[in-house]
Amino acid sequence: MKTYDAIVVGAGHNGLANAAFLAKAGLDVLCLEKNPYIGGAAVSLNLYEDWIYSNCSYVCSLLRPEIYRSLDLARHGLQVTPYGGGMTFMENGDYLGAYWDSETRYKEYSRFSKHDADAYERYSADTMRQCRFIRDFMMRTPPDPTSFKPRDLMELMAIGKKFYEMGEDRMYDTVRFWTQSVAEYLDEYFETDVIKTALSGSGIIGTALGIHSPGTAYVLLHHYMGEVDGNVGAWGFARGGMGAVSQAIANSFQSYGGEIRTNAGVEQILVKNGKVTGVALTSGEEISARVVVSNMDVKRTFMKCMDEKDLPEDFLHRVKNFKIRGSSGKLNIALDGLPTFPALPKGSPLLDGDMHFIDSMERMELAFDDWKEGTWSKDPYVDMLIPTITDPTMAPPGKHFMSCFVQYCPEKIEGRAWTNEERDAFGKTVIDQIAKYSPDFKDLILHVEIRTPQDIENEAGLTEGNIFHGELTMDQLLFNRPVPGYAQYRGPVKGMYMCGSSTHPGGGVMAAPGANAAREILSDLKRQNTVPENFGDD
Amino acid sequence: MTIHEVPQKRLTTPFYPRLTELDRLNNWHSWKGYTSTDALYDPELEYFAIRNSTGVFDLSPMTKYRITGPDSLDYINRLVTRDMNKIKPGRVAYAVWCNDQGQIIDDGTIFHLREGEYRLCSQERHLPWLVSAAIGFDVSIVEETAEVAGLAVQGPTSFSILRTLGLSGIEELKPFGLTHFDFEGSELMVSRTGFTGDLGYELWIEPAKALALWDALFEAGKLYGITAIGTHALEMARIEAGYIAAVTDFLPAELTVRSGRSRSPFELGLDWLVDFKKPTFNGRRALAEEKRRGSNWRLVKLDIDGNKPANHSYIYTKKNGKRIQAGFTTSAMWSPVCKQNIAIGTVNTPYGNVGDTMQVEIYYQREMLWTRVMADAVVVDKPFWDPARRRATPPGNY
Ligand SMILES: Cc1cc2nc3c(=O)[nH]c(=O)nc-3n(C[C@H](O)[C@H](O)[C@H](O)COP(=O)(O)OP(=O)(O)OC[C@H]3O[C@@H](n4cnc5c(N)ncnc54)[C@H](O)[C@@H]3O)c2cc1C
Repeated sequence: MKTYDAIVVGAGHNGLANAAFLAKAGLDVLCLEKNPYIGGAAVSLNLYEDWIYSNCSYVCSLLRPEIYRSLDLARHGLQVTPYGGGMTFMENGDYLGAYWDSETRYKEYSRFSKHDADAYERYSADTMRQCRFIRDFMMRTPPDPTSFKPRDLMELMAIGKKFYEMGEDRMYDTVRFWTQSVAEYLDEYFETDVIKTALSGSGIIGTALGIHSPGTAYVLLHHYMGEVDGNVGAWGFARGGMGAVSQAIANSFQSYGGEIRTNAGVEQILVKNGKVTGVALTSGEEISARVVVSNMDVKRTFMKCMDEKDLPEDFLHRVKNFKIRGSSGKLNIALDGLPTFPALPKGSPLLDGDMHFIDSMERMELAFDDWKEGTWSKDPYVDMLIPTITDPTMAPPGKHFMSCFVQYCPEKIEGRAWTNEERDAFGKTVIDQIAKYSPDFKDLILHVEIRTPQDIENEAGLTEGNIFHGELTMDQLLFNRPVPGYAQYRGPVKGMYMCGSSTHPGGGVMAAPGANAAREILSDLKRQNTVPENFGDD
Repeated sequence: MTIHEVPQKRLTTPFYPRLTELDRLNNWHSWKGYTSTDALYDPELEYFAIRNSTGVFDLSPMTKYRITGPDSLDYINRLVTRDMNKIKPGRVAYAVWCNDQGQIIDDGTIFHLREGEYRLCSQERHLPWLVSAAIGFDVSIVEETAEVAGLAVQGPTSFSILRTLGLSGIEELKPFGLTHFDFEGSELMVSRTGFTGDLGYELWIEPAKALALWDALFEAGKLYGITAIGTHALEMARIEAGYIAAVTDFLPAELTVRSGRSRSPFELGLDWLVDFKKPTFNGRRALAEEKRRGSNWRLVKLDIDGNKPANHSYIYTKKNGKRIQAGFTTSAMWSPVCKQNIAIGTVNTPYGNVGDTMQVEIYYQREMLWTRVMADAVVVDKPFWDPARRRATPPGNY
C-alpha cells in the first residue's frame, strides 16, 4: 500500500494552500474532503437554475498577496475585483454612504458632523498603525514565549522591537486597543451615532460578542488587515464567487502533482506509538502517510477525529474549552432583477458595496441581547451585498445574487436544535428588514437559501458554525491560538499538524494559516521552504 | 421625501468664474475638494509675474477656523508653541502646534483680527483636535473655510495695486500686520502676508463680494501687470522663499502611521517658534526633553552645484572618509531668479550644519536616457530669495 508524504484532511482554502506549498516542495500530497465539492467556507455552489452562490464567505480582502503570487493564483484562474460604495440605511429615510474618495467621504460625513468628518483621518491613521503592527506577523509563526530556542527568542524580540518603535504613547494605545470594545474605540473619535454604527459592524462580524464587549476593537482590525492590490482595508469580489479562491489554489496544488479526493470524509487520524500513521475514512478505507495535517477546526480535529487516549490530558482540556461559539447566519438569494432603494438617488454607485440596515449603537447592542438569550436577532445587523452588480458570471444578465450575512444567529435555539419553522422565521426576519428599505425586493425573490450556524456546521464542518474556527479574542490569538504551547502548527502527536483557521492568524479567507503550517512542516522534514515571506512595509 | 446625495464633483471657490474665464490650459487639481488651478496659461510666466509684477492666487480652499471668546488668547497660547501674548490685535503670527510628544500636527498662520478674536489658517483640517484642546477654556471654535474667500496678491507691484484700489493707509501696513477696510459695504481684511518671500498681501472677504473684489482688483492692477496664477507658480516662489509645506516637507504627526516619520519644531529649524518661557503648551515636556537630548533630524536648505534639480534625491555626507546616506530632499528646483539650483531637505543629525558641503544624488532624463550625477550641495541658512522690498514700509511703487 502506498504511503503518502502528507495527507491534508479537509479541502478548505487553508487545507489546499497547505497542500500546495507541500507539493511545491516536492512532497507527495493527498488532500481529502468529506463533501462532494472542495472549498469549505470558501465555496461557490449552484443550488438554483443558473445562479451561483458564494454560500459562506462572500467577499475577499484578507487573502495574502504573497500567497496569491507565489501559488500563481492568477494563472490558475483567480481574479479579485475591488468594489466601492456601501451604505447604512437610516430609519428616518436618510442614509450614510461610504466613499473611497476622501473628499467625498468628508462631504458625506459633514452632512452629519464636521467634527466626525475631520476625525475620520485620524481614526484611519490610528487604525492603520495598529494594523501595521500585526500585519507583519500574519505570515510568521508565533513565537512560544516560554521557549528559549533561538528562533522563538528572535521572534519575540522582533515583536518587542516593533512594539517599542511605536513610541511610548502609542505603546499605551496599542495595549489599550487590544482589550478595548469597538464602541469605546469609536467613541474616542466620533460623536455621530450612525457613523459609529456603520464603522462598528466590522468589530462584531462573526463574533459572539457585542459592540460593548472588550476585544471587539481587535476584530475590527482583523477586517481591516487585508488589501486588494495594495489598497489596505479594501474588499473585493472573487470573480465566480468565493469558490474561485479555493478552485485556483486547488489548480495550483494539482499543477505541483497533488491529489484531491472528494466524498472522502476522515473518520479518524491514526496514531501508533505516539506517531501519526495515516487516516481512516468513514468508508473504512485506510490510507497511510508520514504526516497528517488537519484543516478542520481544533475541536473537530481532536474531539471527533482523534482518539482521546493519544492526546495529553491538559491539551485536550484546553481544546474542550476553546471558544468557538456560532453567532452568524446567512441568506443567499436569487433575484429576478435589481431591487430599488428609494432612499438612494437613482443609479447610485453606493449599491456596489455593502449595505446595512441598523443605524444606531443601541440597535447593535439589542441585536446581541437576542443572541445572549438564545435566539436570533429580531433586528439583526445584516451585511448585504449584491455581487452580480460587479460580477457578470454569477447570475444570468439582468438577474442578481444577493448575499446577506447576518449577525447574530445562535447555533442552538434556547439550547436545542433549530426547527425548520424557526429557520424560516429567521429568514423572514432578514427579508422583512431589507424590504423595509426596498418595497419591490420581496417580489423579486426567486429562491432563498437560509443557513443557520447549525447548517453551516453540518455542511461546511465548522464547529458551531463559528466562521473564524474560534473566537478572535486576545486569549485565543498569536501564541495562544489555538491553545498555548501549540501555536506553531504542530499537534501533540508526532507527525500531526494543524493548518485551519483555528491556528494563527485566524479565520477569514487569507490562506495564511495553511501557508504558515506548510513552512513548519517543511522545516521539520528538512525540505526547502516554499512559503513566501511577507512583502513588508505596507 | 428628499433624497440626499453629496456631489462627488469638486467644489468651486467664489473666484472660480473669473479663473475659468482666464483659463487657457484646463489644468486643474483638487485642493481639499476644491477645484484649484495648476496654471492658467503658462506656469513659468505666472511665476515671473510674482517676481516681476503681481500674481493673484485664489487661496479660498485654505482651512480656516474662527476662534473667539474670553479665553481665546490663553487657549491659543496653550495650543501653539510660540508666545501669542506678543501678537497684538492687528498682527499675524506664523505658528506650529504639537501633540504631547512634541511632534508637529501642522503649521499655519494665526490672524489676531480684533481683541480676543482670531482666525487660524492651515493646510489640514483639525476640528476634533482644536475642540478637544479647548476643554476647560471659554472659547468658541468655528470652521469657516467656505465663509471666507481669500486672494494672495503677491509681487513688487502689489502695493501700488492696492493703493490704486483705494485702500488708503495701506502704505503703513508692516509685514505680518493686518487691517480692515470697507469694500462695498463689506469688511475687507488685508494682511501683509504670503507664501512667496516677496512683497505681498492677502485679501479676505465674504464670498458674496468675491467677484466684485476680483474685478476691482484687476481693474486697479491693469497698468501694474496683474496676473492670475496657479499652484505651480506659487510653489516655485515658496521654495525660493525657503518656506516649508505641510505634507511635502513634513507630515502632520497625527496622520503618520510609521514611527519616526513625524517631526518636531526643532527638526524643522523652527526653534524660534518654541518659547519655553511659557509655563504650559502642548508638547512642552517632550520638547524640553528633546532640547536636552538632541534631535534626530535637521531641516536643511541646499545650494547645489550645476543646474539639474535634485527632486527625490538622497543626500550624502562624508564620515571617516566614507560616503554615507544622511537624508533626502523634499522640495527642489532650479531657481530662475536666483540662478541657483536649490532644495529643501531633511538629514540626520549631527550632519547638515550651516556651511557644510554635502552631496546629492540627482537623476535626470534626456531623450529617454537617465543619467545620474553626484553634486556638491552647501547647507545655507538664509532664504534663497529675500529682496529688501519685502520688508520696506512704506513699500516701493514697484
Ligand atoms: C457564513 C460565513 C461567511 C463568511 N464570510 C467571509 C467573508 O466574506 N470573507 C472572509 O474572508 N471570510 C469569511 N468567512 C470566514 C472564512 O470563510 C473562513 O474562516 C475560512 O473559509 C475557513 O477556511 P479553512 O480552510 O480554515 O476552513 P474550512 O473552510 O472550514 O475548511 C475545512 C474543510 O474541512 C472539511 N472537513 C471537515 N471535516 C472533515 C473530515 N472529517 N474529513 C474530511 N474533510 C473534512 C470541510 O468540509 C471543509 O471543506 C465566512 C465564514 C462563514 C461561515
